Amino acid sequence: MKSKIRIGCGAGFSGDRIEPAIILAEKGELDYLVLECLAERTIALAQKRKLLDPSKGYDPLLEKRITTLLPHLVKNKTRLITNMGAANPITAAQTIIGIANQQNIKIKVAAITGDDVLSIIKQQASSIMDTENGKPLSAYNIISANAYMGVDAIVEALQTDAQIIITGRVADPSLFLAAMIHEFGWNTNDFDLMGKGTVIGHLLECAGQVTGGYFADGVHKKVDDLDKLGHPFADVFADGSAIISKVEGTGGVVNLQTAKEQLLYEVMNPHEYFTPDVIADFTTVHLKESGKNKVQVSGGSGKQKPNTYKASIGYKAYYLGEGEISYAGQAAYERAQLAADILQKRLQNKFKDLRIDFIGINALHNSTLDYNISPYEIRLRIAAKGTTEGEAALIGEEVEALYTNGPAGGGGARKYVNEVIGIVSTLIDRNIISPQVTIFES
Amino acid sequence: MKLFEIAHSRAGDKGNTLMLSLIPYKEADYEMLCTKITSEKVKAHLNKIVQGEIIRYELTNISSLLFVCYNALSGGVTTSLALDTHGKSISYALLQMEI
Repeated sequence: MKSKIRIGCGAGFSGDRIEPAIILAEKGELDYLVLECLAERTIALAQKRKLLDPSKGYDPLLEKRITTLLPHLVKNKTRLITNMGAANPITAAQTIIGIANQQNIKIKVAAITGDDVLSIIKQQASSIMDTENGKPLSAYNIISANAYMGVDAIVEALQTDAQIIITGRVADPSLFLAAMIHEFGWNTNDFDLMGKGTVIGHLLECAGQVTGGYFADGVHKKVDDLDKLGHPFADVFADGSAIISKVEGTGGVVNLQTAKEQLLYEVMNPHEYFTPDVIADFTTVHLKESGKNKVQVSGGSGKQKPNTYKASIGYKAYYLGEGEISYAGQAAYERAQLAADILQKRLQNKFKDLRIDFIGINALHNSTLDYNISPYEIRLRIAAKGTTEGEAALIGEEVEALYTNGPAGGGGARKYVNEVIGIVSTLIDRNIISPQVTIFES
Repeated sequence: MKLFEIAHSRAGDKGNTLMLSLIPYKEADYEMLCTKITSEKVKAHLNKIVQGEIIRYELTNISSLLFVCYNALSGGVTTSLALDTHGKSISYALLQMEI
């Protein structure tokens, strides 16, 4: 058993930058690299892509990330744990094998499945209620249902010699905690250790958000070289303490302020932070600056595993119709308000909710011509929900029609229609889920 | 004095719930924030944004407060018509509070 491991986090969401992950893999001296790429809605969108093409449904940047990272991972003997499998971990694993073959690299990849509970949910949709509105799931046009799995299958995969472990929906901190359990031989019923590991995972899981990203304001919170923001790693010790840091020479900062903001990020109740592995207590955490760009994490605790898994249900919600148009100069705001009034009268019978916003600083005339008019320019935005694509398109069409049927001087009209996938959640029995590990070899 | 002069904040979201941390630059100011920035005051300050109740958690070990605001994101991240569906910019609305 090791007494210390180093885990880096090179992605905090699906669209995250790749360069910081490469720096971590190349120079971070990591034992593990984690790429966390699934936000609440990402997997529903991935499921939608898989329905259109069964060979898709994994992270759109998977090929790009693996192609650049793989040589460094192999050279430095760093294991990769990632949820880039999204709606299709098996095909994702096969894709990675394909890339390894092209690069003449021999590796094993473990795909973890079992989070997809769509068929179970669909069978029982009329008797399962959602957590948010208490409505039966049969009231929704469901396209995806994925349970948040815990560490179990990842730990099992780590016991093989697979260098890459690729999952679908797993609770974000579990991606990190699994490595600690594997390396330190932690008992998964030691809930204080599970709590501590979950705290460390939570601090790392949004990558740049603990190294100065989403933090800097240029005034009170100045951060150097944000354009070269480095992603974090943690030196984790067998007692469940850790030091959060980043690769020397990268931009950003790790200090008490960044760590505190990230510890509390998206926490519903700091006394009871639910994951499939533990109900963790964040109020017992201590943070201390232990050097330049080093924050020591200690404390953290936990009590039992929840009896249920949370599942995220994706459903076809509506089509979002949007339109925008700008006005500048004398009485710009008044003309924008006149446009809003016209749009309301033309659309209010067709749409229940119309949202109108007024936006703007200097988009129209580069330098603002007359600072005595306030505001010099205004961009009107209108949004509404349509049940069909065509209905939603009416919003933008009416905005465009303002050119010749609305106030003077309107410019830069734009129109958009996007299908919106909604998310509700529900709780399901743990016993329904049976995670599986499948190994592929290049 | 405005809150942004002595404290910083980050917003998070889960469904229709908004979380706002409030962290003093100087840990010595934590007690004062506990006394002055009650959940009632935050509710009054954000009354045009937060429709539901606000629960305040005190994290003494890290000298920080967390406000969990229910029914705060126009129905929820995935179904709101707002430009900022996540409410990510609301941290700076909190920091505009006068103390």
